[in-house]
Amino acid sequence: MDRLMELAEADPRIILVTGDLGFGVLVDPTPDGSKPRFAERFPRQYLNAGVAEQNMTGLATGLALEGRIAFTYSIANFPTLRCLEQVRNDAAYHGANVKVVAIGGGFSYGALGISHHATEDLAIMRSLPDVTVVSPGDIWETQEATTAIVETPGTCYLRLDKSTAPPTHRDGEVFELGKARVVREGSDLTLIATGGILGEALEAADRLSDRGIQCRVLSLHTLRPFDHESVVTAARETGGLVTIEEHTIHGGLGSAVAEACLDAGVMPGAFSRIGLEAGFSSIVGSQQYLRSVYGMDAESIVERCQALLGAIT
Amino acid sequence: MSDQSPPKDTRELALRIRRHAVEMTSSGGSSHVGAALSMADLVAVLYGRILRVRPEEPKWPGRDRFILSKGHAGAGIYAALAETGFFPIEKLKTHYQNGSDLSGHVSHKGIPGVELSTGSLGHGLSVGAGMAYGAKLDGKSHRVFVVLSDGECDEGSNWEAILFAGHHGLDNLVAIVDYNKIQSLAPVKDTLALEPFGDKWRSFGWAAREVDGHDHEALTATLEDLPPEPGKPACVIAHTVKGKGISFMEDTVLWHYRTAKGSELDAARRELGEGS
Repeated sequence: MDRLMELAEADPRIILVTGDLGFGVLVDPTPDGSKPRFAERFPRQYLNAGVAEQNMTGLATGLALEGRIAFTYSIANFPTLRCLEQVRNDAAYHGANVKVVAIGGGFSYGALGISHHATEDLAIMRSLPDVTVVSPGDIWETQEATTAIVETPGTCYLRLDKSTAPPTHRDGEVFELGKARVVREGSDLTLIATGGILGEALEAADRLSDRGIQCRVLSLHTLRPFDHESVVTAARETGGLVTIEEHTIHGGLGSAVAEACLDAGVMPGAFSRIGLEAGFSSIVGSQQYLRSVYGMDAESIVERCQALLGAIT
Repeated sequence: MSDQSPPKDTRELALRIRRHAVEMTSSGGSSHVGAALSMADLVAVLYGRILRVRPEEPKWPGRDRFILSKGHAGAGIYAALAETGFFPIEKLKTHYQNGSDLSGHVSHKGIPGVELSTGSLGHGLSVGAGMAYGAKLDGKSHRVFVVLSDGECDEGSNWEAILFAGHHGLDNLVAIVDYNKIQSLAPVKDTLALEPFGDKWRSFGWAAREVDGHDHEALTATLEDLPPEPGKPACVIAHTVKGKGISFMEDTVLWHYRTAKGSELDAARRELGEGS
């Protein structure tokens, strides 16, 4: 959000349209007005559309068609699934500069229940033509992705979750939409992660290293356009691919990686998709708790990788 | 007004829109001729008298924005755009044909003069409200016109936009409802009754007026008097007859979807003053 405020200060075309969410993030939470946020700092570039996501997205499209870079902002599935047709027909089909931001990817709001579990959004959003889909893994990626989507014409989806990996960028590294980042080298397996769950992948890679298994870790922050090259290279150069996403295993990162390999005629030495297999989660809990329940935490990744390697040796 | 297309006889324009709509839906085998006919007069008045547009410069920044939210009546708008010089009339023959960009529901791609692609109901007013809000922020003086159908007002998204535009006092926004009283399967009053319709808009902060949607003088007077109340968006409820202009199509549910072929097409042409 600090990055977006810097961008908004520099570029008056930026306008942020919220669906009545963002207390403390967009709006000053203090009674004495001591922490001005986006709403207070940029009143002409801020619009609360109310609890009306279809209208929020239509408004953003209208503003974008008239020359603005319009961010829509809400949590979980509200700025995507709730108004999917407005994103598709209005924003994407017109190539409108609408940047859809969802706070709360995956189980970020795990304790709130399935209405707030965003676990199909990546599959759905990446199927939309002409929509850039970004799911950054750490704070640096989030900041750089925010700048990148402002600079990228057309409709973009920025999926943020409450977790973040430890800093992974190197000095001087340049962020590029559509280009996966190798955040750790190794050749026994490649762990490919998208979003904050990258932190679990890195933790798992450390533990596997202690057991003599060296993993390459890819942060695949952009699902569309998809970085076929990095995935295929990893399939060729390492012993296998394990995808990790806080999202259903159907249609998201794991599916995209499988498609990329088969399209290229490359069969990874081993392959496994880690994500939500259970369907809806009727139980609730913290993001970390639900990751462990559904086999997406670092220890579960370690076990899956060991089993995978055991099965092929 | 120098920014306007040369004045047209709006009745002649309406007649041509009707002829095109019948021919286009017939040759394409498409539906919704009744919906195109009901709005022909109000579209003719808009394009003939009201809208500040430049057909030779479709993206002129100062133009009024027009959105057909009832995108299923696309044939009527394509006809109006062609007749007012946005693209060759000849192109209308490709409507609904294989490989054509003149889709049954309005699409902007490759079609000069179309601001917004529509077809799924309940989208146009939100986008129009965004355009109007942006114009206000920028101090621009152009207006945004959105034509909706009555059945379309079942869509909840419209009421989100109506609430928004009323709250923000977007008096550069004009919603015109083609109130032909018949929707897809049945009369509006038997489906989801809209009355008291004007009061609904008024209670959301709009200046709502009702007008005979086939009376060119009344339409012109109403649409020249904008905004009727400064600080409020304008709603014009245009009372129309579905299928207006062709006796056997008028006020019937049947002609929402039916396509005129053979003897029906001949009869329709005769009623519109054309030989078969």
